[in-house]
Amino acid sequence: MIEVKKLYKRFGLKTVLRGVDFSVQPGEFVALLGPNGAGKTTFLRILASLSRPSLGQVHVAGYALPGQSAAVRQRLGVVSHMPLLYGDLTAEENLQFYGRMYNLPALDERISAVLEMVGLTTRRRDLVRTFSRGMQQRLAIGRAVLHDPDVMLFDEPYTGLDQDASEMLDAVLKNVAAAGRTVVMTSHDLARAEDLATRFDILSRGIIAASARPADLGNTNLLAFYKQALAS
Amino acid sequence: MNPTPDSPRPSSYLRATLAVAWKDLAAELRSRELLSAMLVFSTLVILIFYFALELDVKARNGITAGALWVTFAFAGTLGLNRSMAIEKDRGCLDGLLLAPVDRSAIYFGKALSNLAFMLIVEIIVLPLYSVMYNINLFNPGLLAVTLLGSIGYTAVGTLLATMSVQTRTRDVLLPILLFPVVIPVLVAAVKASSGYLTGADINEITPWINILIVYNIIFIAVAFMVFDFVVEE
Repeated sequence: MIEVKKLYKRFGLKTVLRGVDFSVQPGEFVALLGPNGAGKTTFLRILASLSRPSLGQVHVAGYALPGQSAAVRQRLGVVSHMPLLYGDLTAEENLQFYGRMYNLPALDERISAVLEMVGLTTRRRDLVRTFSRGMQQRLAIGRAVLHDPDVMLFDEPYTGLDQDASEMLDAVLKNVAAAGRTVVMTSHDLARAEDLATRFDILSRGIIAASARPADLGNTNLLAFYKQALAS
Repeated sequence: MNPTPDSPRPSSYLRATLAVAWKDLAAELRSRELLSAMLVFSTLVILIFYFALELDVKARNGITAGALWVTFAFAGTLGLNRSMAIEKDRGCLDGLLLAPVDRSAIYFGKALSNLAFMLIVEIIVLPLYSVMYNINLFNPGLLAVTLLGSIGYTAVGTLLATMSVQTRTRDVLLPILLFPVVIPVLVAAVKASSGYLTGADINEITPWINILIVYNIIFIAVAFMVFDFVVEE
């Protein structure tokens, strides 16, 4: 579903990604872990077609980037720590707007289904600026799944959420993964990553330093694996 | 042959363009922060001209076109800056760029809403100026020039605001980038407006209107071609 070969990204003289090889099978939930500045967000922005690779090959859902970026975007849902929502529009209006941008048929029914999924049906006519951070993030997920994408990218989705909101987001994320979507999530929260993901990749100094599935960890916990990967 | 997502259908292109414009107008109807800033600024500029210059009737006709376009240009810059800042500050620009449409549709949607904001300000400022200076500004030719000049200004302004909003000095950078590029629009609009106000012969006004039309076509075409590169990292 995602295939990345020898990906480099440079900003001027600074090289952020140094030959990343990365592959995700359909239905996998990959937690992309790493310290600040490792290049996680840059990597996700390239997968989302928001940034061009300096060198290397990137295929998402069978389409090459940056050449077929519109086709990739049609099959992609993105959630970042910013909600990408308009505070002066209601929840429903935000989804209507994005639905029109994706040219979705039967939009009203789809909006109702999505609001039901993220538990915001009763707040559909409220302005987004009146929502708590957790509610905004749930609506952001609703926005991202509105067009029923095959691949979902989450960039630090738990940033700024309190315990209750994080638990609600857990439930929504599990729902998203249970629908068979391919998910890549960056996070600093190893406990949540361990709970949700079916694979853990450690990005360090611009390369994938280590990769493991829960079964590969054996008696080692994810924190120990993470520290070992960063030290090596 | 079915169109692929990389060769968008005209209907989805138009739909996306109108969706962006609708979203901006709907949000502004609620917040009124952009229009109120533009209107307060425009009114203050007109008041400053009024009290500072103390003009006789003949002099008023001579400077009206210049005073009006200076007001529109500065108020327009405020609006352009704010319109793109709203997208950038909440990360919504990324949300727009993630949509599977040709990115020039986003440009046209933003340009359309910026034009609407500018025209709303002009619709309010023109009668105000007319009353304060006791000048009849309701001349069809003058209104047509105002529309053409506003189209040129917002066409270039939307493109440059998209560039400047990605920098830390966006508030300062936009006027520095914009004013040199819109000099042809402002000069042509002032000359044509002045021609209508002073009752000049149509043959003297036509070349300035032609400049406005050609400028608009060129810069809309340029924006259509380069917008994708402007917004991508």
